[in-house]
Amino acid sequence: MPVKVRIPTPLRSLTNGSEEVIVEGNSIKEVIDNLETNHKGFKERLCDENGQIRRFINFYLNDEDIRFKDNQETQVNDGDQISIVPAIAGGKTL
Amino acid sequence: MSFVKGLKCRECGKGYPKEALHVCSFCFGPLEVDYEYEEIKKVISRELIESRGKNMWRYKELLPLDGEPTVGTQVGYTPLIKADNLARKLGVAELYVKNDAVNFPTYSFKDRVVSAALSKAKELGFKTVACATTGNLGNSVAAQAVQGNLESYIFMPSNLEQGKVIGTSIYGTNVISIDGNYDGVNRMCSEIADKYGWAFANINIRPYYAEGSKTYGYEIVEQLGWKAPKHVVVPMAGGSLIIKIGKAIKEMTELGLIEKSNTALYGAQASGSSPISTAVKRGSDVIAPVIPNTIAHSIAIGNPADGFYSVQAINDSGGCAEDVSDDELVEGIKLLASTEGIFTETAGGVTVAVTKKLIEQGKLPRDESIVICITGNGLKTLEAVIGKVEKPCVINANIESFNAFMKKREVCTA
Repeated sequence: MPVKVRIPTPLRSLTNGSEEVIVEGNSIKEVIDNLETNHKGFKERLCDENGQIRRFINFYLNDEDIRFKDNQETQVNDGDQISIVPAIAGGKTL
Repeated sequence: MSFVKGLKCRECGKGYPKEALHVCSFCFGPLEVDYEYEEIKKVISRELIESRGKNMWRYKELLPLDGEPTVGTQVGYTPLIKADNLARKLGVAELYVKNDAVNFPTYSFKDRVVSAALSKAKELGFKTVACATTGNLGNSVAAQAVQGNLESYIFMPSNLEQGKVIGTSIYGTNVISIDGNYDGVNRMCSEIADKYGWAFANINIRPYYAEGSKTYGYEIVEQLGWKAPKHVVVPMAGGSLIIKIGKAIKEMTELGLIEKSNTALYGAQASGSSPISTAVKRGSDVIAPVIPNTIAHSIAIGNPADGFYSVQAINDSGGCAEDVSDDELVEGIKLLASTEGIFTETAGGVTVAVTKKLIEQGKLPRDESIVICITGNGLKTLEAVIGKVEKPCVINANIESFNAFMKKREVCTA
């Protein structure tokens, strides 16, 4: 099902400058795979060689950190919004 | 000559030039200074270090400048005190206090990181420096910016102690007080750093800044007679200091300056802001951010920049982490003052109280050397102890009044 993904500035070179893209997928993992299909190069930026999401990249599903859900197995539903946020020094405002 | 190769991503290893950069543009990992250790090994020795001035720049080969330091050249080499009174009170054999409450010029360990950061900022050609601060960093950036003829902007949460606020404004800097907690201030400053092109000590020049903390570790080792302690208890805010103390000991070992040691690192936090100690205690390396609620403002960081690596440093060393309540930290401040004559700020109270707790829990052994890291001065956080210490007795200026006072005292203490 289609979900909206917000793209951080450093990764917008892969989406032709788009801040948001619509991607299909039933889980975060499927969303990442489909991001790669639609915008080549995404996966190596988001995941390490073992396929795990890189430590300094945070995924939020409707503003909730997926590390506190089921990580990549977290289910996504129609209309959900995913944010990809670099965990740079200090990170997000609570 | 410089021993700095460049910057390197701690996560993916990608290399970067010596510029004002702090995040890997590929994987978003933090950047670190990359040294030519083989070259350093050829020149560095205990004798060379001992021949130099008693300040942090005696270890300059291991600091991130290309030239000589230009700001804060007198920072560091603070006392390491053998704390026998406190040791007796806590029931341990060998205890030391590394006392950065008397660091120069602004009485906290932040003078070290700022000396490194501002010297580097000048090398990189910056005219304006700035920082997001919980207090001590702002004091030091403001003071050392004056020394380095740099313009400065200090961004701080609005709930800080008077000593931290006045101790910044006095230097004629630009203080911006923000309605919100440190994490919000820091996030905003990341955006300001991008837009205004200033050198933010703890943001865009963070790799250089953070290296200054290593000198706290080098000094402990040198002052113990070129020997690493068995156990070190360190306050944690962003988590950088504990990592850098571990790195300092590792570098000194690999450069052949000291014998191999198995120093265990122990992290101390206030319970009202304990994302790192909570993760360590849970056996996880995932840091769950919190909204800080503690009087230990100087270490009240809810979303620590170096959280992950500090958990790793603690676990790899065989140490652990603990946190204490605000009441316990006030008792910690009083305990250090009443046993060793050292008045530390709230963060120091946390560190002393955590040390006590870990000893009582049996996690810190009673028969091995322990160093407590005191990183700030109690005169800056008087609010924490107002009403918690005995008020002075007011008497008239004659001997009869004093005699009466003493008599009353005898009755009270009998």
